[in-house]
Amino acid sequence: MSHLVIAPILLPAVLAGLILLVARGIALQRLIALAGAAGFLALALLLAGRGGAPVAYHLGNWPAPFGIVLIADGLSVLMLLLLAVVALPVLVYTMASGWDARGRHFHALFLFLLAGLAGAFLTADAFNLFVFFELLLIASYGLMVHGGGAGRLRAGIQYVGFNLVGSTLFLFALATIYAVTGTLNMADLAQKWPLLPPGDQALARVAAVLLLMVFAVKGALVPLQFWLPGTYAAAPGPVAALFAIMTKVGAYAALRLGWLVFDAGPTAGMWAELLQPAALATLALGAVGVLGSRDLPRQAAFAAIGSMGLVFLCVAAATPGATVAALYYLIHSTLAGAALFLVADLAGRRGASGPVAALFMASAIAVAGLPPLSGFLGKILLLQALEAQAPLIWSAVLLASFLTILGFALTGSARFWKARGTAPTAAEPLALAATGLLLAGLVAMTLLAGPLTLWLKGVAEGLADPAPYIAATAPQSGG
Amino acid sequence: MTLALIAALPFLGAFLPGLALRAGRGAAALAAALATALALYGVMSHAPAVLRGEVIRWQAGWLPEAGLMFSLRLDGLGLLFATLILGIGLLIILYARFYLDAADPMGRFLSYLMLFQGAMLGIVLSGNLLMLAVFWELTSLTSFLLIGWWSDRPDGRQGARMALAVTGGGGLAMLAGVLLLGRIAGGFELDTVLAARDQIQASPVYLPALLLILLGAFTKSAQFPFHFWLPHAMAAPTPVSAYLHSATMVKAGLFLMARLWPVLAGTPEWTALVAGAGLVTLILGAAIALFKTDLKAILAYSTVSHLGLITFLLGLGTEAAAAAAMVHILAHASFKAALFMLAGIIDHAAHTREIDRLGGLRQQMPLTFALATLAAAAMAGLPPLNGFLSKELMLEAAAHAGGWVVVAAVAGAALSVGYTLRLWSATFLGQTRGPLDHPPHDPGPGLWLAPALLVALVVASGLAPMLLLAPLAQAAAGAVTGHVPHLHLALWHGAEVPALWLSLGAVGAGLALWGLWPRLATLWQTSPRPDAKAIFEALVAGALALSRAVLARADSGRLSGALAIAVGAMLAGGLWAFLTGSHMAGTRPPVPMDLAVLAATAVLAVASLATVVLHRQRLLALLFIGVVGLLIALGFAYLAAPDLALTQITVEVVTVLLMLLSLSFLPRETPAESHPWRRARDLVLAAAAGLGTAALAFALLSRDAAFAPISAYHLAQSKPGAGGTNAVNTIIVDFRGFDTWGEITVLGIAALIIFALADALLSPGPANDRLLARREDPGIAGDRHPVILVMATRLLLPVALMVAAYIFLRGHNMPGGGFVAGLVAAIALMLQYLASGYGWSEARRRLDAHLLIGAGVLVASATGIGAWFAGRPFLTSAYGYLHPWPLEEFEWATAAVFDLGVFLCVLGAVMLALAQLSRLAQRGGERVASAPHDVLAQREDRP
Repeated sequence: MSHLVIAPILLPAVLAGLILLVARGIALQRLIALAGAAGFLALALLLAGRGGAPVAYHLGNWPAPFGIVLIADGLSVLMLLLLAVVALPVLVYTMASGWDARGRHFHALFLFLLAGLAGAFLTADAFNLFVFFELLLIASYGLMVHGGGAGRLRAGIQYVGFNLVGSTLFLFALATIYAVTGTLNMADLAQKWPLLPPGDQALARVAAVLLLMVFAVKGALVPLQFWLPGTYAAAPGPVAALFAIMTKVGAYAALRLGWLVFDAGPTAGMWAELLQPAALATLALGAVGVLGSRDLPRQAAFAAIGSMGLVFLCVAAATPGATVAALYYLIHSTLAGAALFLVADLAGRRGASGPVAALFMASAIAVAGLPPLSGFLGKILLLQALEAQAPLIWSAVLLASFLTILGFALTGSARFWKARGTAPTAAEPLALAATGLLLAGLVAMTLLAGPLTLWLKGVAEGLADPAPYIAATAPQSGG
Repeated sequence: MTLALIAALPFLGAFLPGLALRAGRGAAALAAALATALALYGVMSHAPAVLRGEVIRWQAGWLPEAGLMFSLRLDGLGLLFATLILGIGLLIILYARFYLDAADPMGRFLSYLMLFQGAMLGIVLSGNLLMLAVFWELTSLTSFLLIGWWSDRPDGRQGARMALAVTGGGGLAMLAGVLLLGRIAGGFELDTVLAARDQIQASPVYLPALLLILLGAFTKSAQFPFHFWLPHAMAAPTPVSAYLHSATMVKAGLFLMARLWPVLAGTPEWTALVAGAGLVTLILGAAIALFKTDLKAILAYSTVSHLGLITFLLGLGTEAAAAAAMVHILAHASFKAALFMLAGIIDHAAHTREIDRLGGLRQQMPLTFALATLAAAAMAGLPPLNGFLSKELMLEAAAHAGGWVVVAAVAGAALSVGYTLRLWSATFLGQTRGPLDHPPHDPGPGLWLAPALLVALVVASGLAPMLLLAPLAQAAAGAVTGHVPHLHLALWHGAEVPALWLSLGAVGAGLALWGLWPRLATLWQTSPRPDAKAIFEALVAGALALSRAVLARADSGRLSGALAIAVGAMLAGGLWAFLTGSHMAGTRPPVPMDLAVLAATAVLAVASLATVVLHRQRLLALLFIGVVGLLIALGFAYLAAPDLALTQITVEVVTVLLMLLSLSFLPRETPAESHPWRRARDLVLAAAAGLGTAALAFALLSRDAAFAPISAYHLAQSKPGAGGTNAVNTIIVDFRGFDTWGEITVLGIAALIIFALADALLSPGPANDRLLARREDPGIAGDRHPVILVMATRLLLPVALMVAAYIFLRGHNMPGGGFVAGLVAAIALMLQYLASGYGWSEARRRLDAHLLIGAGVLVASATGIGAWFAGRPFLTSAYGYLHPWPLEEFEWATAAVFDLGVFLCVLGAVMLALAQLSRLAQRGGERVASAPHDVLAQREDRP
């Protein structure tokens, strides 16, 4: 029996417990955290090396759907890998910049967040997904208010308050789903959902809408995005960078459950119907926010909102082609957004020195989706995938890009070109390198766009054909 | 040399100057020049084949999924442009080497220049339209860096932003157009697209595609009404202006129109749009140039005008006009680059570019004068220079179009004669007008060599056009029209050619304009002219103001407003979903109502309402919350869920106690923050949400699931499968132990956050200051640590711990378990703190709560991992029976060890919160009791 599937959840959690038990000094904590992030990357690579066929892990050896099942399939592994690739440079940056020493328990919380995210990506059980949403919410809240300060605490209340409403809604949705179907296992749900009798359809629809809203809160979709700008702008820079992947959890869950369960029976086409206008509004708000924000962190936060609009536009289209575009853009915007948050932090702490300006230019180009970085390729994929509704969507996407470019040109030229009173101090080389590493990831995404999309195509096909996923859940080895 | 290498050379060259800079500025320039020269050599090596009509190709995969291939393609049109880009690029590098100040970082400048060169070369070598779009936007970005080079100057920043906004925005439109085009043609490879003329022109999206592509081309090539960015881009250093506005950036739009000419041109829409815009730009640019006084501004508007001319020629849609356009592209690049460089030389020498302050440079700068005269004459279209040839071709083409086009073409030509004369005479003739700080003189060869070479080319190609101009122009025209024209370029075509007479008329009119200039200038000054820059800036400012107005609402930082919208959306969504589906009421019979239930429900409702009404009086509100919690616990007990009831009660006690303790740090009352109407809104929303939730709960409780629920399995398997008779406990620690594993981690993390937050409060800062200034509430009760309370809690401690152990052990079969046990133990310890005070109790605490949490997570995880050694998955449980003498037989279960982890985590979390509260209290001035209770303390305080 291979325990590789659960290892990405356990490794960081156990290391975090270890930190609490033995590591009082920051040096040892750093060492353990680094080992955790590196080990996490290794595990994600090992999982990716197994190929895209879904592998199930039956917790407690209970047969599905009665126990909890984890499944590593193409999409889960992709998200794990993305998380690992973002987490390692961000962690290095945190150490290089000394952010981790500004408060208590950074590394334990960081590792717990990895565990929570990994669990959310791996679980094949709807209630277990709720548990991991809680885990990542609480850990992220701790990281968000790391270091304290009035502004950060105030933003933290917004964050945790709004997201707790989302959690409550999640429970309502799960209760409804369970009351109607009698099950929480995703594959089981997938089989039962289309067979629901007519008398249950109204409630099923309610459950689906509430669940979508939970994911919309996580994914910062208008009108449930209010928590994001303040949170990301007030969070410590590297934490905001790590949060670039937090919004993607919403997109992941929508993709996973949309394809597997909810685009069928009483709720066929429902999510798409709701998601598209919301995504367009999100895209617009993101662009307007990038243009109107006065400081870099807030601008980066609105850019994160806008990128979710693009991702959700593709999710709403619910075709394999659009899913490839969604995934490509999701990876891109995570790396680019993380880089931009790190740059904003560098500029805020160290001033607008030459290397920082260069990194800003590169990450702004990436976030705005301009060549030569992958955002432009993502946009080409996206526009082609959404061709069916070209006039509306294309104009929205291109107009939003235009406003984003304008916004970055305005702040960039004011922040990095205009001579300032205080001279910048040299940034920590390791911090610069960590930021550069994220951007190097974008370069790789650009150069290897062909093979990457081929891989993503496999992932999208795995979503479109849920039979292997369902089959992986069912059989029970051992006894 | 492969095309891939040629295309890569400028980008490789972009790294070289930075590396070579250590060896000096000359070495850096040499390195850049070397890369450019190599690329030029590469292009030239293909020239013979291309001139024979061959097309050189190179291809690699990039993003085939989207039709984007890395394909390069060199035909006649590409050859013409590549030659211009690299040839003039070489001269620009030479010129820039001597032009830039020692203070300007040469390495960075050359890197930007090489990047830009690479992007331009990429456009003209692209064999795939999407790749062309990639390089297109790349030129916008790199030119942004070049135009904003003097970034400390506001006009530099503004000019750069404007150029980026206009050309970058146009590029986005072009991308959409290209995508449409590729969709019609069935691919983005140039060869595919160019072969699809009939489909494209017959397609219903031909017009949108055309408009979008032209938007890209017009913005890039500064065609009316997008012409305004180009003059403001003159804030760039002169080498940049000379490069961008003669041979490259602005010619990219022309290139695109020429590239797609075979498939887009020939329709009435094309002719009207392209020729129309070209003609308007031709005249408008020339007219503005006539009245400008800055040398570079005159040249900039002249460029606008000449671009209009070429656009006009492409727009006519005839093969002859297209060929003329090719000739003029070559001619314009040569004389305009020379003129820009000469303007830079004058600027350097005279420290001004205002022609009102110049004059008489004929004598002081004879060499510059000679070169400028020749280049300017070419710009005015005078023989025997290459500008004359192309102008003749233009007039010829206009004459064929006939009608008002001829008049407009002649007017444009006349204006260009006029502004050239003015520029030339004001700069070089007459006497020095302004007081110049330094007497100007000719520069060294480093600066004049590049323009001199260009002027030589201007003259030579005018004199021997069939040798120097015709082959390249013919090849290019052949690539554009698909049909190699037979160009007959000559200075003299005979007196019967209409162009000759039109040309003569234009020169005459131009002289007249020059003569009438003072009067015209007054007229111009007094006539209202829209200032494009002001309009653009107003638009940007308007967009900014609008976006900030949106942000003021969408990012106000007010939680209540955000939650109101969220709850409203949730309600609306839920209601919509419900109403659009079919619903059948549940069939479960309701539980009979009795008086006790009714009464309890009424109390619950009243307590809930009281919490809301009294929420500003914190203590009271907290007490009512406690009442609500206890009633819910009663409800659980009544509905036969003793586990839940136990958990609810203990959780309630712990949270209320902790909150009570923290209340002492807070004001007694919450200030009223929201406006009455906002409260009314919230009331309505909250009531609706509450009713909605109740309705949902009712619907769920009154029905059975459509399929057999999984809980039946849990009930059946609780004993045989999980070894416990309490199904709630076996679900928690076994069937769904992984959920519990996650939730105890959540609890532990929450405690860590409390610790970290309190720690932040204790570090220097405003919060800490407030804490230090805190005055203890005088209080109503006189005793701090009453002896009876202290004694009672001491007695309770072992009992409570025994109860906790009992609850823990029985959990698997009876109500209880690690979670409740942890809370009971925590309550027992908490009472000690309450009774004897923080300080006294804290000093007697041996174990750090962090350890408890860490150990809890680790014990729970280790239990799960233990199953691995039996070859089972995480958290697989095992149980059995032991009968160790002298005890009774009892059951052991690994689940109990897991439950121990739960216990530790819960206990640790509560204790950590308590410990932090005690630290806060001590910082806040709590006197540490010297003794466990007041009586002892008084005795010790006595002397």
